[in-house]
Amino acid sequence: MLLFYILFPLFVALGITIVSSKIRREFLGWIAFSVPVVLFALFARHIPTISSSEAIRTTFSWIPSYGIDLTFLLDGLSLIFVLLITGVGALVILYSIYYLSSKDSFAHFYTYLLLFMTAMLGVVLSDNIIVLYVFWEFTSISSFLLIAFWFHRKNSRNGAIKSLLITMSGGFTMLAGFLMLHVMTDSFSLRVILAELPQLTDHTLFYPAMALLLIGAFTKSAQFPFHIWLPDAMEAPTPVSAYLHSATMVKAGIYLIARFTPGFGGDVYWFWVITCVGLVTLFWGSFNAVRQNDLKALLAFSTISQLGLIMTLLGIGSAGINPAIGEAKGLYTFALFTALFHLVNHSTFKGSLFMVVGIVDHQVGTRDLRRLGGLMRFLPFTFLLAMIGSFAMAGLPFFNGFLSKEMFLTAVLSIGDLPIYGGAQVGWLLVLVAWLASVFTFVYSMILVFRTFTGRPIVDEEYKVPQEASLGMLIPPGILGVLAIGLFFFPNLLSDYLLKPAVEVLVEDGAALAPKIYAWHGFNTELFLTLGIITLGIVAYLLLRKWRPYYQYIPSNWTFNTLFRSTLSGYERLGERVTMRYMNGNLPSYFLYIFSFFIIVMWTTWWIVGPINVTFDSPSSMTVYEGLLAVVMAAAAIAILFAHSRLTAILLNGVLGFSIAIFFVFFRAPDLALTQLVIEAVTTILFLVCFNYLPEWKVEKLSITKKVRNGLIAIAGGLTVTIVGLAVNNYTKFESISSFYENSYELAGGRNIVNAILGDFRAFDTMLEGLVLFIAGIGVFTLIRMRQKKGAEPRENQ
Amino acid sequence: MESIIIVLVGILTSVAIYLLLSKNLIRIILGTAILSHAVHLLILTMGGLKSGTVPLLGENAERYIDALPQALILTAIVISFAVTAFILVLAYRVYQEYGTDRMDELRGSNDEQ
Repeated sequence: MLLFYILFPLFVALGITIVSSKIRREFLGWIAFSVPVVLFALFARHIPTISSSEAIRTTFSWIPSYGIDLTFLLDGLSLIFVLLITGVGALVILYSIYYLSSKDSFAHFYTYLLLFMTAMLGVVLSDNIIVLYVFWEFTSISSFLLIAFWFHRKNSRNGAIKSLLITMSGGFTMLAGFLMLHVMTDSFSLRVILAELPQLTDHTLFYPAMALLLIGAFTKSAQFPFHIWLPDAMEAPTPVSAYLHSATMVKAGIYLIARFTPGFGGDVYWFWVITCVGLVTLFWGSFNAVRQNDLKALLAFSTISQLGLIMTLLGIGSAGINPAIGEAKGLYTFALFTALFHLVNHSTFKGSLFMVVGIVDHQVGTRDLRRLGGLMRFLPFTFLLAMIGSFAMAGLPFFNGFLSKEMFLTAVLSIGDLPIYGGAQVGWLLVLVAWLASVFTFVYSMILVFRTFTGRPIVDEEYKVPQEASLGMLIPPGILGVLAIGLFFFPNLLSDYLLKPAVEVLVEDGAALAPKIYAWHGFNTELFLTLGIITLGIVAYLLLRKWRPYYQYIPSNWTFNTLFRSTLSGYERLGERVTMRYMNGNLPSYFLYIFSFFIIVMWTTWWIVGPINVTFDSPSSMTVYEGLLAVVMAAAAIAILFAHSRLTAILLNGVLGFSIAIFFVFFRAPDLALTQLVIEAVTTILFLVCFNYLPEWKVEKLSITKKVRNGLIAIAGGLTVTIVGLAVNNYTKFESISSFYENSYELAGGRNIVNAILGDFRAFDTMLEGLVLFIAGIGVFTLIRMRQKKGAEPRENQ
Repeated sequence: MESIIIVLVGILTSVAIYLLLSKNLIRIILGTAILSHAVHLLILTMGGLKSGTVPLLGENAERYIDALPQALILTAIVISFAVTAFILVLAYRVYQEYGTDRMDELRGSNDEQ
């Protein structure tokens, strides 16, 4: 059943591709829209089951010999994600129907989007880590396709490549981590691995696996220093940014870390790495968001920052898994709970903000803050939505962001009380960083809404007078805005049905330890911190013009972006230089590599395995004629090397061919002898015919060193073959299988064994051999008949 | 007999490799032809020489020679003929188009670099 849920978008995507040319384009959007709506309803039906801490499971055998099964598991944690994926997905598709212009290809857009939906559902529902990995990479691929949706723009292509390179390398790293987990636990199943991991902390692979896994999660969730791909990914159409790069795909890393919390959670490095990376990302994202002039870039850095916030909470919360935590367990379960709560909140307000920015871009024609202002008058509803989203993001009361921000501060403050890991010494520093980041968050939230919508309207002849967006574009952010307010007033509804079952998955007794959410806690530290954020934030916003210019003093050469670019171009140059060194287009050089490689490999092998048994013992005797023939062949072969005319050479080649035919007669192979005679005759004639059209060969003017080099390689090659032949000749390990064919009369009705093999036992081989001949014939025919058409483009290399 | 043939195979291989390393297209084609001769002889030798009678059941012999290498070689002869024919015609076309049969003058188009 779950498999069907996952594949449903994929099937519809295929359907869309097939019918796209036959039906109206808007209709494609509505078909695509129906998918997440249906899935949302289907998944929502399971809420009562899941909230009583049960899980739904489906298993299919995929590669049973390797223990890879398609096992899908819907538990509390997955449920939050699937509801986000389908819920936000539905709103985004509805929005996109009105957002996309008539020039865009609806079919491609919705195919990619539904492909992504399948991939993302697969990631959060897979129980098998290999299946999870496959879906994980699928999200990267569909993200690549969607970022490059407007592929005629250079920035779109570059952004797509960058995000693909970073998330894919993270994915590979994660795969290595997964394989280590498999080695440790001998299982591919997430549940088994998670159950066994806490007992394996002394395993040598424990920390490598953890590190690789974290890199995978950090690249996907755009954590510092891998965050650089997310701002460039904003070249995607805005619905895509709202969906993939804010609400769902970038949260796959969060999902992975949350999922592995019960396994790695009690570890001190897990705690500090995630907490610190999260905090740095939180600060760096919000710090950089303030300097952006492009609204979408601002939102990108804001997303990075918010993802860092969730990551920090997951890090802090992991302490609750450690048995040594004792009484304080509830405090840290609280952090995990907050992480999930903020995850949902972020999707609501950030989703609506992206759509608002999309509306501004769509209706005004620019997202550049320097050219925007006073839009309140033209886009009143959009302004309202922008306010809701921004205030929620800034953490102001009456919006859901306030609740989770307060809880976040509580969680960060709790590091100072940590009885283990030495949290007490550095707790205050982390609080300071989190607090500063929140101030910046407040500032950029204000920039987003007030710089765009208030102030002097910028009248520009270039732009039409903006009009309020159509209802279809306002409803989706509207729904998210209503949710952002609704969650403030009724947070425990969400908590009881979705968050508590999810926390239960992460921590034992999590549901019981999870807090009830209150908007008012009395006058405590968190409240004063919030008041401080708001006060300082307002002051900082008002004085923005005074201090924002100082951003330009940050050196632009020392960023991770520059590092990424220079590494990439460095590799390209190095690759090109190395390739050009050996791929020089000269066929003899390639032959040189091939033969040298063959000789080196063989001789190294002998050097390693020790001497091999080379004897000149021969089971069969030799007659005078045979000896003479061998001498004739050797002489003819060597004479070819010194032939001055090509005619001599070809006749000597004929001597070789016909001598072999005679050898075939001596060696009891009449069929071979006949074939060889015919073929040799035809080949010689073919050579002679071709010579009519080819130049006489000139004596090769090779330098003596090259001649010696080629000669040495040739002799070494011949010697190698001889040694192999002699070694194998007197070496019998297995009985020959040929005696089977001596039943050819009974089995195939043929008395000639060779013919029976070719015509019966291995008849398919012979048929395909005929095919090869046929293809060669077509090749010859085409080469002779094919002529450049008159007036066609001249040859490529001129 | 076997060891003599194997030494002969070695000589043929050396000659073939030397021809393959040269610049002239015809010499290279000759090299491939000689290399396939060498390989055919080698395969046949590996199955044992003169260790039985001709693999025809009508002979009613005690022991037949290994028929499997013969079947393989029969296929190989035909295929190598097809390849030789193809590259010969290719050489003819190349000479017509580019006016040379020297490999160092046929180094691909510059736009790849």
